[in-house]
Amino acid sequence: MSRAGMKLQLQHLGLAALAIAAVALPAAVIARQSAAPVGLQPVSAFAGIADPAARSAAIFTEMGKVLTHPRCLNCHPRTDRPRQGDAMALHNPPVVRGNAKGEGAPGLQCSTCHGPRNVAFANGTGSIPGHPLWHLAPIEMAWQGKSLREICEQLKDRRRNGGKTLAQIHEHNANDTLVGWGWNPGPGRTPAPGTQAQFGALTKAWIDTGAKCPT
Amino acid sequence: MAIDFQLNGKPASFAGDPETPLLWVLRDHLGLTGTKYGCGVAQCGACTVHLDGKNRRSCVTPVGTIAGKSVTTIEGVTGKTAEAVRAAWVGLDVPQCGFCQSGQGMSAIGLLTAKPKPTDDDIDHAMAGNICRCATYVRIRQAIKDAAGVKGVRA
Amino acid sequence: MNAVANRRAFLAGAGGLAIGFTLPSGGARAQASGAALAPNAFVRVGTDNSVTVVAKHVEMGQGPSTGVTTIIADEMDAAWDQMRFVFAPANDPLYKNLMFGTMGAGGSSAIKESWMQMRMAGAAARAMLVEAAARRWGVPASAMGVRNGVVSSGSHKATFGELAADAAALPVPANPTVKKPDQFVYIGKKFAKLDSRAKTDGSAMFTQDVRLPNMVHAAVRRPPAFGGTVKKVEAGAAKAIPGVIDVKPVPSGVAVYASDTWSAQRGAAALEVDWDLSKAETRSSAQMLAEYSAAVRTPGTQVETTGNAATALARAAKKIDATFYFPFLAHAPMETLDYVIEKKGDGIAVHAGSQFQVGEMRAMCGVAGVPFEKSELIQHYAGGSFGRRATPAMFDASEAAACARAYGFAAPVKVVASRENDLTGGFYRPMTVHRVQVGLDANGEVSGWDQVCAAKSIMKGTPFEAMGIKDGVDGNMIEGANDTNQYRIADFRLGQHLMETPVPVLWWRSVGHTHTAFVKETLIDELLAMAGKDPVAGRLALLKHERAAGALRKVAEISGFGKRAIAKGRALGVAVHESFDSYVAQVAEVSVGADGLPKVHKVWCTVDCGIAVNPDVVRAQMEGGIGYGLGHALYGEITLGEGGQVLESNFDTYRSLRIGEMPDVEVAIIPSAEKPSGVGEPGVPPIAPAVANAWRRLTGKAVRRLPFAHGDNA
Repeated sequence: MSRAGMKLQLQHLGLAALAIAAVALPAAVIARQSAAPVGLQPVSAFAGIADPAARSAAIFTEMGKVLTHPRCLNCHPRTDRPRQGDAMALHNPPVVRGNAKGEGAPGLQCSTCHGPRNVAFANGTGSIPGHPLWHLAPIEMAWQGKSLREICEQLKDRRRNGGKTLAQIHEHNANDTLVGWGWNPGPGRTPAPGTQAQFGALTKAWIDTGAKCPT
Repeated sequence: MAIDFQLNGKPASFAGDPETPLLWVLRDHLGLTGTKYGCGVAQCGACTVHLDGKNRRSCVTPVGTIAGKSVTTIEGVTGKTAEAVRAAWVGLDVPQCGFCQSGQGMSAIGLLTAKPKPTDDDIDHAMAGNICRCATYVRIRQAIKDAAGVKGVRA
Repeated sequence: MNAVANRRAFLAGAGGLAIGFTLPSGGARAQASGAALAPNAFVRVGTDNSVTVVAKHVEMGQGPSTGVTTIIADEMDAAWDQMRFVFAPANDPLYKNLMFGTMGAGGSSAIKESWMQMRMAGAAARAMLVEAAARRWGVPASAMGVRNGVVSSGSHKATFGELAADAAALPVPANPTVKKPDQFVYIGKKFAKLDSRAKTDGSAMFTQDVRLPNMVHAAVRRPPAFGGTVKKVEAGAAKAIPGVIDVKPVPSGVAVYASDTWSAQRGAAALEVDWDLSKAETRSSAQMLAEYSAAVRTPGTQVETTGNAATALARAAKKIDATFYFPFLAHAPMETLDYVIEKKGDGIAVHAGSQFQVGEMRAMCGVAGVPFEKSELIQHYAGGSFGRRATPAMFDASEAAACARAYGFAAPVKVVASRENDLTGGFYRPMTVHRVQVGLDANGEVSGWDQVCAAKSIMKGTPFEAMGIKDGVDGNMIEGANDTNQYRIADFRLGQHLMETPVPVLWWRSVGHTHTAFVKETLIDELLAMAGKDPVAGRLALLKHERAAGALRKVAEISGFGKRAIAKGRALGVAVHESFDSYVAQVAEVSVGADGLPKVHKVWCTVDCGIAVNPDVVRAQMEGGIGYGLGHALYGEITLGEGGQVLESNFDTYRSLRIGEMPDVEVAIIPSAEKPSGVGEPGVPPIAPAVANAWRRLTGKAVRRLPFAHGDNA
């Protein structure tokens, strides 16, 4: 979220202009303000849309709730700096993409802090996320600041999706355990909407209906 | 069940809660206090050790995740790179309060192991996770260059 | 260099002084030998030829232990590699800070207050060693030479160690002759700090590193708002955590005891506490700031007046009416505050990196119910302070003692504050608001300066109140804005409001200067710009003190201020300020960073601190002061949210300067024959206004609020 966006949010909360530095709102506070995890509609909810292309696009829009969620966007940055937390603040410490695999800089890799699994803090207010393959999405898969249509087109484009076929995209969405982390992000973070199984089913239905993008 | 790992080249074992962060296993149970607590949430880098030769924040490393792995702490780090870093640090009188410097040194050794001739940007990126509240950063940067035998001034 | 090791107390035989002292680093190292010569409380010469200095100030990074050792080595003409230091025990008659009347460090006073005391101590030792040689060889003392720890005359030669026992039998000279400055061999030169190696290889001993047999680890759960108290505790969940041993109420909250720090911290988090917040601070920072802002619209207690500011303002051709906002700031030393306490005989033994050694020991003995005289402080390195370890209320020491007492002294108790307790626990740089009305006359000269400040007093309600508050005026709050103000301003008025809040406040590296210098140096820069004058020449025309002018001229020279082309998109800003009797001027080269905040590329800094005992330590303090000041100017803010809860609890939200944000720093020390003055703090005040002045030049926007990250300045 932009600095201005944060400010708007703060004003909305009644902490007007004199209140708080945009950088100073702790993730834990934001987490408390977040609504309960949002659900995903099942594929069947779209059965009423007769036109397959329209149905496909509508299904992708539903998938978009996951794709544009902080759990996904934070590590699909357009720059070399990931973001973090539900507020999508710039990652602190100020880490960088580093090598082509997005594993961080020599001496300060993702794995310097992010271990094989989530680790709760002793202070009881949060956790550091983890996964054995924790890394940034490649720069050509940057989603931050893009419209859902742009993300959709990008996702289908083998030059920009890591050379994946649609079937492989489905496999990635449905079964990749790093993607799956989004539904098990540890204390202090809102999980992605629904479940990975639902997300996988939506992805399959989207492909089966022609993988159309929303306008 | 005890967790077995290598510590500074020797076998070590911890029989308590496997969720216990390595930091506290080192400090409170095994008596290696050179590795420091500064934040507990991987923000400051004072707890940096080498896990299988790479920089790792021990405060967010449950000891249960390192079974069979090799841990090196400031007390046990050896070799030419470590010697060069130590000599550069002492030569420039880098430390002020000194509390963060074990972590700074470990991060620097980790950087130079991975990248023996770092640029200024490499140094800034690698050391970005190590806070020094005394702000000895000017000397840390120079000491890393001295240890690496690289020259150069930032624009 | 061998800063010696191994904790050990010994009795000094000579001079009738029985002094226990402890050695500051851990691990097995050289053993201090019995001191053969102990002419005073500060110098010990061993038969092993070691010269050990008993350092009375806490070593928290500013280098006083190397500093006092340098002074004594110089007066003795000792060899540098025979010098060591140890930390003094808690003993006011021997080791009081001569400015405070009790042991302590603060106000950048260490070298300033002990300069002559250390010189005399070293000179006395030297005179005794020389006299011993004179008697041994039958040559007059005046025919002796001393160099690198060796006394010689003609073909006679003896080391300090060889002469120590003989010297110990001689009377201690009451008024030894100290050197003339041109005789100094170490002072004014770079010598390696004595603690660098131990602080590089991990062997330096901090309180956090103390481990005693059967020791338990305690963590304290504190109230969620300042002034809250415990109503009821449900400890079941905490006690269910493996490793948690016990839970006890203490005055500051609830203590959890465990077999390691992690379990204690988890236990503290797991406590279910019903808090009584009826007397707590429940206002948010925003509400408090609004009240402070209203207060500065009224004149306040008059601190000082010269001429008639109101009349001068009324006739001014141009005016600025500016209100400045400064947030609460935490010190956040790298090592959070910590103590290890055990019962020993009829007293207690305390391990700490104590900044008020006697005050803290007395407070802890009071809490423990044991006599101070039967108790012992074992002093360690302190992992930073920036003011935080000098708490007049002795809060943290008392809390630790309460934890040990509540445990019935059944085992040694180690209390390490969590970073969360450190940041949310108060003792902040006070939130401060200044309103200043200033005018310029038709000739571009300053015509009236009316300033009103509102903040909570640091001194009020502490043992230092009588010292710090005179005629209802808190000197700490307006230091740097009052008559020591560097500029000649004919019509000046300064007022002050002492605000009340349960939020504990404290001196924070350079205290009042942290905000007064910003107000003064940004406004004068703006006024000079309005008058079409050069920032350096304009200041020089107004500066009262020649030493300030000297620092400013020199910084303009080394930075090429106004004399060289600056890269596109960059600008220079300058500031000069006197604090703690030292004069510091800085020029910052700044651009707009990618994040919309100032990117500071380089800072040129000049300092006139009198005689620079160790110029490299002075340089290091300027570098560190610049980094500390810059980090907080950019990001530092402690915020009370709704209900008075502190929102920043770790370095993710209380952002610290990191290496990529640290500018290059070039320091020039102004040669001086004046006696030494402070260096630990004076590097801080000028950096924020220097950056803000560059920022105004870059963006056209005057900075009225810190930190920059607050977002009002972009």
